[in-house]
Amino acid sequence: MSTEVPGGGQVPDPDEVTAPWWDATRRRVLLVQRCAACGHAQHPPRALCTACGSPRDLGWSEATGDGVVDACTVVERAMPGFRPPYVVARVRLAEGVLLLSNVVAERPHDVGVGDTLRLDWRPLPDGRALPVFVLSQR
Amino acid sequence: MTTSVAIAGAAESDLGVTGKSVLGLQAQAIGRALEDAGLTLADVDGLATTGVSRFSATQVADYLGLRPAWTDSTFAGGSAFEMYVARAVQAIEAGQCSTVVISYGSNQRSARSRSLAGVVESHTPEAQFETPYGPLYPISYYAMAAQRYLHRYGGTREQLAEVAVAAREWALLNPAAFRHGTGPLSVADVVGAPMVSTPLTTADCCLVTDGGGAVVLTSLDRARDLRRPPVRVLGYGECTTNTSMTAVDDLTVTGAVESGRAAFARAGLTPADVDVAEVYDSFTITVVLTLEALGFCGRGEALDWIAGGRIRPGGDFPLDTSGGGLSYCHPGQYGVLLLVEAVRQLRGECDARQVAGAEIALAHGTGGILSTHATVLLGVDR
Ligand SMILES: [Zn+2]
Repeated sequence: MSTEVPGGGQVPDPDEVTAPWWDATRRRVLLVQRCAACGHAQHPPRALCTACGSPRDLGWSEATGDGVVDACTVVERAMPGFRPPYVVARVRLAEGVLLLSNVVAERPHDVGVGDTLRLDWRPLPDGRALPVFVLSQR
Repeated sequence: MTTSVAIAGAAESDLGVTGKSVLGLQAQAIGRALEDAGLTLADVDGLATTGVSRFSATQVADYLGLRPAWTDSTFAGGSAFEMYVARAVQAIEAGQCSTVVISYGSNQRSARSRSLAGVVESHTPEAQFETPYGPLYPISYYAMAAQRYLHRYGGTREQLAEVAVAAREWALLNPAAFRHGTGPLSVADVVGAPMVSTPLTTADCCLVTDGGGAVVLTSLDRARDLRRPPVRVLGYGECTTNTSMTAVDDLTVTGAVESGRAAFARAGLTPADVDVAEVYDSFTITVVLTLEALGFCGRGEALDWIAGGRIRPGGDFPLDTSGGGLSYCHPGQYGVLLLVEAVRQLRGECDARQVAGAEIALAHGTGGILSTHATVLLGVDR
């Protein structure tokens, strides 16, 4: 099973490790996995902590939704299900982890390294949502 | 430290648009490499290959009618073949086998099997957390690395284009190169080519061609009695870093730092000792990042360092002398052809593109999205 992204590709069903992260997107909450033993934050969610190896101490914290562009590219070639041009970016969350996402912008070519971002959501037909980002107003 | 193993034979398959099958190309390359070495199939007791099927080495062994005592099908994209050299040296030195063939073949251009989206398996984290955002795979990752690099160091797309321009200059000297007859490439051609994923245009990206190659390894002692001058394996090293687009914290520093350090240490050499370098050029940015990581120049210096013809024919740092993946041949996993060209340079067989007096060569493979990095140092038998 997988869910179609409107005008996009497909999002597979969650697994036992990623289910809480995807469930939170139904409430439009972005979670970051955090280890209670060592404090490490990581994304995507995993079954153990990549810093200390603990398989028992992982929990979740809510992200503020603030981020910064670490790097980005404007995709100019059409892939099935996507309409170029659009921005694919590595977004550094305030919590320190990197997420791959889209920056939704009227002028995609103006998005650059260091731009500050605010969380937004792209609904999926099954009630989940994809976290995406927009340029924050200054 | 170094090693007691040598490359005794090397060959390409047919290249370009061949209309041939994967196994046909691979068998052709293996046959030619064994002939080059003065060996036969009956001598082969080790086999390493990838990209054929789920059972790649098993498949090729069956096709050749072999029952090898050692195989390796490590799947690591374009760097797999440099990794196989390390594994083959270890297997030969440990006595598990005596003669290893490393081979590859692809008909991706004839078969039109290359996709902009790449292949993402649905059970991987990338399928849940990255593919939904539509990155081109692998191009968008290299594009982000390029953007981050140019931003940090203040470089330009025009400076980056020199990698492609120089590769074309070499290809014009190599009759086997896909772009051999197409004339020179200018900086304006590169930056003005159709944009794929900013800042990379089609001319910043490697070719999509058929092709393949093979090399034959055996002990240095045995290689000295064979048809060709032995090419010694002096050192090797590797580093595996990521599958996801967010695992590596700094996009501008690759695992070639670790793979290169290990290879130079094993060989007892430094970057200054290298006479000719075959560095995987999947994209122009790949070369820039790899040259810095291997220590040929400092961080942020590569664009200035390659300017002024240094990496072109006649320059003082001969790089990707076949014309590279950008202008010679790129059959999906190009790493085996880096080894073939390095061997030919050290044997002095490269005619118009021969680097005079080359005694030490470096071959560096990069696979996936700057995912796997493997360095091999080769040298003439002195
Ligand atoms: Zn931990």
